[in-house]
Formats: sequence, C-alpha cells, structure tokens
Amino acid sequence: MVSWIAACGVDDVDPEDVIPFEHDGRDYAIYRSPDDEYYATDGHCTHEKTLLCDGLVMGTVIECPKHNGRFDYVSGKALGAPVLEDVRTYPVKVVDGTVLIDTDTDIDTSTGVG
Amino acid sequence: MRLFWSAPVRVRPGRRAVELDAERWTVVNKERLERYSLAGPENQAAVSAGLTSGDWFRSAVPRKRMKELMRRSDHPAIRDTIIWLGLMALFAGLGIAFWGSWWAVPFFLAYGLLYGSTSDSRWHEAGHGTAFKTRWIDQGLYQLASFMIMRDPTTWRWSHTRHHTDTLILGRDPEIAVMRPARLAKLIVNFVGLIDVPTAFGLMFRHAAGRLTADEADYVPASERHKVYRTARIDLAIYAVTIGLAIGFRSWLPVVLIGGPRLYGALLLYFYSFTQHAGMGENVLDYRLNTRTVKMGRINRFLYWNMNYHVEHHMFPMVPYYRLPELHEQVKGDLAAAYPSIWAAYKEIIPAVWRQLRDQEYYVRRELPPGAPPYHQPAPITDGRAMPLATATAA
Repeated sequence: MVSWIAACGVDDVDPEDVIPFEHDGRDYAIYRSPDDEYYATDGHCTHEKTLLCDGLVMGTVIECPKHNGRFDYVSGKALGAPVLEDVRTYPVKVVDGTVLIDTDTDIDTSTGVG
Repeated sequence: MRLFWSAPVRVRPGRRAVELDAERWTVVNKERLERYSLAGPENQAAVSAGLTSGDWFRSAVPRKRMKELMRRSDHPAIRDTIIWLGLMALFAGLGIAFWGSWWAVPFFLAYGLLYGSTSDSRWHEAGHGTAFKTRWIDQGLYQLASFMIMRDPTTWRWSHTRHHTDTLILGRDPEIAVMRPARLAKLIVNFVGLIDVPTAFGLMFRHAAGRLTADEADYVPASERHKVYRTARIDLAIYAVTIGLAIGFRSWLPVVLIGGPRLYGALLLYFYSFTQHAGMGENVLDYRLNTRTVKMGRINRFLYWNMNYHVEHHMFPMVPYYRLPELHEQVKGDLAAAYPSIWAAYKEIIPAVWRQLRDQEYYVRRELPPGAPPYHQPAPITDGRAMPLATATAA
C-alpha cells in the first residue's frame, strides 16, 4: 500500500544536506543530493540510536555524527564499520514544490525497487 | 558495596603488617579490575541504570556553522602527514648514518617519539575518518598508525567506538587509562611501553590463533573478527622478519627502526593522553565532567593533532582536527575554562589521582562560566561524586 506523506518543501533542504522529518512517532531523514535529487531514509543510524540529520552529507553519503559510520543514502547501504547494517530507504517524489515520501514502502536495497 | 580503602585497616608494625598490606592490595586490585572489566557485573549494572548509549550534553551549534566545521579537506592532513613522515625519515636516516656512535641517540629519540607516541593521534584521527576527505588515504594512514602504535585496527576501532558511546562508564568503556585507584606502577612503567608492548604481543598471538579476549568479544561483532585474526598474522610476520634481520646482521638496528620505538619512544603517548580524562568523573553523561580541554603550543598541537581540544572532540567527533580550534571558540561559553597549559593540567591531575588512591569518590569538578547550560542530568549522586555504580544504584 502506498502512503505518500508531505515531508517538506523543496527549498527546506539545502543542496548536499539533510533535515529531520517526524511522522506518526517515527523519525526520517530527508536528503537533497548535490544534483538536486531527493531521498529519504530512516532517521536513526542502524549502529546506535543517533539521528542522522545531525550528520554530514558528502555527495550521496551520509556520515553519522556519533561514530562517523557511513551510509549511501540512495541505496541505504552501510559502507563499513561501525555500521554493518543497511539503513532503510523510502520512495520519494516531488509534487508542486513539495517533497513526498512513501512511509509504507521500503526500497529493496539489493535491487533499488520499492 | 564497600569502597576501596573506605575502612581503616589497623596493622601492627613488622612482617605481619607487610602481609596485611599485601593482602589488602590484592583485594583492591581484584575489585578494581572487576569493576573496570567489560565482562564484569558493572556492565549490566550500567545497562540497567540507563547509562549506556546515553543522552549526552552537546552544545547547541547552528546547523550551518556545524556543516562548515565538519567539512573535510585533504590538504591540511596531507601537508601534516608529509611533514610527519618526512621528519621520521630524516631522523631515522641521521640515526643510521651515526649508528655506532652516541650521536645516533638524539636522532633515534626524535624518531622514536614520532613513531611510538605521535602515531597515537594519527591512529585516532584516521580511525574517526575525519583526517582526510579521500577515504583511501585516511584508511591507509589508519593501518600504518595502528601498526606503529601496536593496536589491532579492527578491535581498536570498535573499542574506540564504545569509548565514544560510553565515555568513562564503568564496565562499558574499554579505554579508561587511569582507574580508581590508579594502577600507578603500571602507568609509570608504561611511559616506556613495558606493559603495552608485551600486552600487544600477547594479543597478537591470541588473535593469530583465532581468539579474542572476553572484553573484545563484548564489542567486536562476529562478522568483523576475521580481520583481527588476519592482521595479527601479518603483523607477527613483519616482526618475525625484523627480528630475523637483526639476528642475520647481528645488529639491533632493525628493531630500533621497527617495533622498538613503541618502547623507547612511548613517553609522549601517555604524557598527552592522561590529560584527556585522568581524575575526572565516571558514570556521568556530560563531557564537561569527564574530559579536559588543554591549551597547547603549536609544536605540541602538531604532534598531538589538536586532540587537546578533547571536550570539543567528544561532543562533535565529526569535526576534523584542523577545525577543532574554531569549534573551541564556538562552544567555549558552555565549558569550564580550558586549562592554560599542560603544566596546569598536571598540577590538577597528579593530586587528583593521588587523592583517588584513598578516596575513590573524589573527582575533579570544575565551575562552569555564567550562563552556561548546567551539568547534564542524570547528575551523579551526592553532588557529582562519581560513586561506584553498584553503590549508586542501590542508594
């Protein structure tokens, strides 16, 4: 079931940056890549319960602010110790200047298909 | 739980007194090691008390400014690494040139300090992944520095990860250098690596045999352990070749160049690193209570890669070493005043550690400047005194 939720406006996120989004008691991270594509992942690092929105975005990589663990936020792939478990990613689309995320569908990181 | 040394022990002079003293120290040592062990009861007690993976105090820094401070660059670390390796090559070359005369001694001392002490800060910064923008350079320096400082790069990565999660939480932090009461003899002889180096070789043999210690098993995930075993076998092979060359050439030179500096050049390693946490609070969730920032001159900051800004580093480990002075300026209004010198820090550390030999509730607590956010809750029991966890939770 697809459930599109308005997360933010397109200009709420700087290029190559991340912001937090909370919905229904859950934390998400909304990313804007250097080439102005939008992505979404779970809000917390899979290593420990640290909010990724306080981390550093470098290209398509998000680095966790607590232990510097890195994820590819496009695929959700964990890129090495201390993060060993992929972060869940969500489908994103932009409609009329609003970033929408589908919080009910996670993307299969092995295929990139929702 | 009884505090160490809390009950006076009456002893008669003479042989019996010496025996009682030895017995008492045996008990003290056993209890101390148990309290600091990750495989001991304090681990679960910390979990039960909610002290693990805690909500630590961090200064409020605007996101835009934080992004500027976190931004990586290859230039400063490449420059500093070229200087660092260049100085080592220069001093080693001069030491080799004067080998056989006393003139070689100062050059090897300089080489040894760079190898056996300052590899610690390179290991540390590269381990965080913050030194360089280019990942492979960072990883290369991490592997090199890990070898030089005789730390397995995998176990110590996880050890340091835990240190940042549970800084100075008893039973959780594997990197508490100065216990309460301090193991003074160990600390002193370790200024020339006499504990670290035999321990490191013991671990290499253990790892090469495919085994971890109980503490390591607590923080190294199973999927990472094969790396530990592989690295230990490689490191042992390098040391075997080094020793083989020394025997073959009937010269100490290979050992003086590889491995040996971890003994004769270890002095600065602990001289710097004791300033980080020694004598400070345990079982607290505020880096301002368990960590120091110490002002150092340019040479020391080059050798230590700015790790003297240690409160700031623990609050924001994403900030590379070359931006820490700026971060310090950003957050210093929230912190107790930085120690103006290494000397000033040691004027506090030595009496504090000495006092903790008899009073393990004592720790250094500093006044925050007016307007700074108060010390973070949960505050330690009895006005910030870091009591042993079992006592604290029972209170």
